[in-house]
Parts: sequence; structure tokens; C-alpha cells
Amino acid sequence: MKNLLSDKIVNIAPSGIRKFFDIVSEMPEAISLGVGEPDFDTPWKIREEGIYSLERGRTFYTSNSGLVELRQAICDYSRRKYNLDYNEKECLVTIGGSEAIDIAFRAILNPGDEVIVVQPCFVSYAPCVILAGGTPVYLNLSVENGFKLTVEELEMAVTDKTKAIIMAYPNNPTGAIMTKEELEPIADFIKEKDLVVLSDEIYSELTYGCDHTSIASFPGMKERSIVINGFSKAFAMTGWRLGYALGPEEVMEQMTKIHQFAIMAAPTTSQYAAIQAMTDCDKEVEEMKESYNQRRRYLIKAFERMGLECFEAKGAFYMFPSIKEFGLTSEEFATKLLEEEELAVVPGSAFGECGEGFIRISYAYSINELKEALSRIERFITRLREKK
Amino acid sequence: MRTAILKLMEKNSRIDFQDVADMLDTDLETVKKTVKEMEDEHIICGYHTLINWDKEEEERVTAMIEVRITPQRGRGFDKIAERIYNYPEVKTVYLMSGTYDLMVILEEKTLKEISHFTSNRLAVIDSVIGTTTHFVLKKYKDHGTILAEPVDERMAVTP
Repeated sequence: MKNLLSDKIVNIAPSGIRKFFDIVSEMPEAISLGVGEPDFDTPWKIREEGIYSLERGRTFYTSNSGLVELRQAICDYSRRKYNLDYNEKECLVTIGGSEAIDIAFRAILNPGDEVIVVQPCFVSYAPCVILAGGTPVYLNLSVENGFKLTVEELEMAVTDKTKAIIMAYPNNPTGAIMTKEELEPIADFIKEKDLVVLSDEIYSELTYGCDHTSIASFPGMKERSIVINGFSKAFAMTGWRLGYALGPEEVMEQMTKIHQFAIMAAPTTSQYAAIQAMTDCDKEVEEMKESYNQRRRYLIKAFERMGLECFEAKGAFYMFPSIKEFGLTSEEFATKLLEEEELAVVPGSAFGECGEGFIRISYAYSINELKEALSRIERFITRLREKK
Repeated sequence: MRTAILKLMEKNSRIDFQDVADMLDTDLETVKKTVKEMEDEHIICGYHTLINWDKEEEERVTAMIEVRITPQRGRGFDKIAERIYNYPEVKTVYLMSGTYDLMVILEEKTLKEISHFTSNRLAVIDSVIGTTTHFVLKKYKDHGTILAEPVDERMAVTP
């Protein structure tokens, strides 16, 4: 066969994380701080609802856009928590936030449209833009600004072909958040330039010291925002594969069309369980969040003692320390750390060019695991410093 | 601060105080001082180890005994409870609402020892009207901890 594969797909590089995962999986003794998912189990009351829905024989398809009770619950939750005003027609239940990102781009992009991809970021944004026929334009954030987005940076990236911007706060991999005051000028800029914003807010429940603000909550932003969220992080439901998108009805209609042809509907069991998450899990989320915050502070202090430079991350469950002093690339650093100390972390470069010089450390681990991992990092960097 | 420290120590009484200080964004001295205060005030009453004796060879029998009693004039239930909880083999004594008055938890090596305690120590106390003894067959969860070993089945690296 002459031309078995699609050039478009072949030209997309595989995720840098995947490459690293393959090395780690060959090392059964290695410990890891590389996981992007909670260490908690899904709260039992949510699991119980899932089991109950199976017992009741609810094994049918739901409507394409998701159970109306769930969409209603999502809208109520978003109103209560983030001051967002959506109805169930402006809500689509998807297979995780990932699917929502994919179909959102496919619903809004025309060939040649540029999308500003704010980096460092989750690995799927740029590939999804390319798959949807758009052109990603990378905006590299800087640690000097605490990895927050500024209007000046946006000015530099925007062209007359710019259609949309994708950003994620609280951020994976940096742990940065943006406050209401910091988001406001961004919202103004987006309105002024007549852009669409895809705001991936999957870590919205995990902010420490201040509440999350959604960019869609500013006046005049709702009609140009697609909010991506889901159940994986806040409710420790990664394996249930359930997320959602909120946005203008006309966009949701087109997204639903793609979802309908590609997916049909999100898993029914997960949807029933998720109603419980939306309506009766505030206490459980609060407890998990407090636990993450304790580990976050623990890591901040530990890095301070090691003299490892790290800006104070206030969201998600990641820290993004700088490893520039060692004169290694982040991939070299991570590989050496894995070989010498059997500890896996993710090189910052997996999240975009400007992640170079950093490593991502997840604190979705118990204090004892963190303690052991930190002692390995300390040994490792002490050796590196001695060699210099 | 007190509650936060207690919550951490309730789960792990061996937790390093420096770790506690880091986790709660305070300093080592404050944690040490607060714990000492709480020990002095008997808010922290002791440090125990949660043991799954089933996994150790040694045979242990746990019994939960419901005790019905007539309260004594002027002293209520406290005096009788005291007569019971002073036995070292008694692990726990609670005053309960409902159909019985005291819940007594007892740990012994054999069934015989338990029945001996019930008939010769408990039942003979004047105010005790009756007892019902339940034996624990298997412990699944104790002090908020599931006794089965936890496993982390997550993949090592995920985005």
C-alpha cells in the first residue's frame, strides 16, 4: 500500500509524557511523582450511586448531550460555585474534559484560523487544534510573571487570523492560578479583539487561599467563552471518563453534532454517579483540597531547604521547580533522576518549549511517599552540585 | 491550629512534627508547644498503634458486651462504669443511649476468659441487671483505617 497513513497525523509528535512513561514502566522498583490524577479514591457515595444505577439496570444510552438531570445539576453547581449562568441547553456532557477540548476546536475552527495556545500547558491542546484544521500559535509564559498570562504577551501573539485562545487556570503543569483582578484585563482584551476563549477549568476546585474565578463570568464573556470542566480532578473520578463543556447554545449544538456522530453519549453509569458529585459532595471535596494544600506547603518548605528554586504554586496539585542551575535539559535531568534514584518526574519540556528548565512534580501522593521522593531528589541534586 | 494538628495526629501519631509544621505553614516550636499543651490538658490522652492482630499468629478474641444497669442515686452511671473500666482487660467503655446502658469492649486470648469475665466480674456487680455478649468475627475497619493493605494502581506517569 502506497499511502497507508494520514500525513496530518503522522506529523504530530507523540506526547513527551508517553515517551517517559514507556521508560518508567520498564522499572518496576521506581517510585513516581509523575501522576496527573488524584491519589484519593472516588468518594464512596459517588461510587455507590454508580453501583446503584447498574443494579437498577440503567445500562441504556442517554441522550446525546447527557442526562438532563445531570446537565441541570452541572448548571446549578456552576452557578453556585463560579457565578456562571448556563441552562441545560448550553451544557454538553463529554468523555472527560479531553473530548470537550477536541470537539470545541472542531466546532469553531475553519482552515487557517489561528489559536493562541498558552504554554506550558496540558499536552493535547495543540494537537487538537491541528486535527481540527487550525494553526496553533504558541504563547510562552514566563516564570517571572508566575506563569500568569498578561495582555502584553497576548498583544504579541495575536494576528488578524487569530480566532481563539486556549488557556487553563489553575494550571497543569505549573500550578499557577489567576485571580479575578488578573483575569479582568485578559477578558477585556478578548472582547476587544473579538476572540473566542476555551477555558480549561478542570482544576477549578483546587485553588489554595482564594476561590476560582471563571473568565466566562465577566460581563460580555459568556457568548465568546467555552468553559471546559469535569469530574476527574475535584472528585477523583479520572477513570469514569466524564467531563463537560459550557458555552453558547449555537456552539453547543455543533459540538453535540460531532459528539453524537463520534461518541453517541457519555457512559450512563458515570453520569448517574456524577449527579451525586454535583449535588452532595462539597464536604468530601473540601477535605481532599485541605489535604492537597498541606502537601503543597510541605513541598514548598522542602524545596526551600534544598535551595531548589520554585515559585509558589497556588492551584491544582503540581509544583514546577526550576532545574536551570544544573545545566541539564529537563529531559536529561528527569532521565538521570530516574536512572540514579529510581524516581520519575515529568520533564517540563513535555508541556511546551517554555517548560524547558523545569520539572513537574505532582503531589497527589501521601506525605510518606513525598518524603521518600524528596530525599531522593535531595541526594540527586546534592551530587549534581558537588560535581560542578 | 489545634484541630488541624489533632486531625493529622489522629491518622498518624508518629508523624514528624517538622512535617506537621510544614504542612500547616507554621514552625516546629509552635507545633511542639501546642502538642505539649494538649497532652497536659489531656486532650491528647495517649499514643496507640493500630494493629491487625489477625495477621499476627497470636489468637485474640474481641467481645462487645451490652450491659444494662440501674443507676445509683446521686452518682448516676459513672460509679458503675468506673468499677468496670478499671479492669485492665477492658479496652473501651461507653455510656449509650437506647436499649442498654454501657458498651464494654473486651480483648482476651480465649472465649473462656471472656465468659469468665462476664459471669464473675460483670454480672455480679449489684447494679448490673443483665448482659449480652457479642463476639467480633472479623475486623474490616478500625479507627477510620481499612485494615486491608492499600495499593496504588495508578499508572506511573500520566499527563
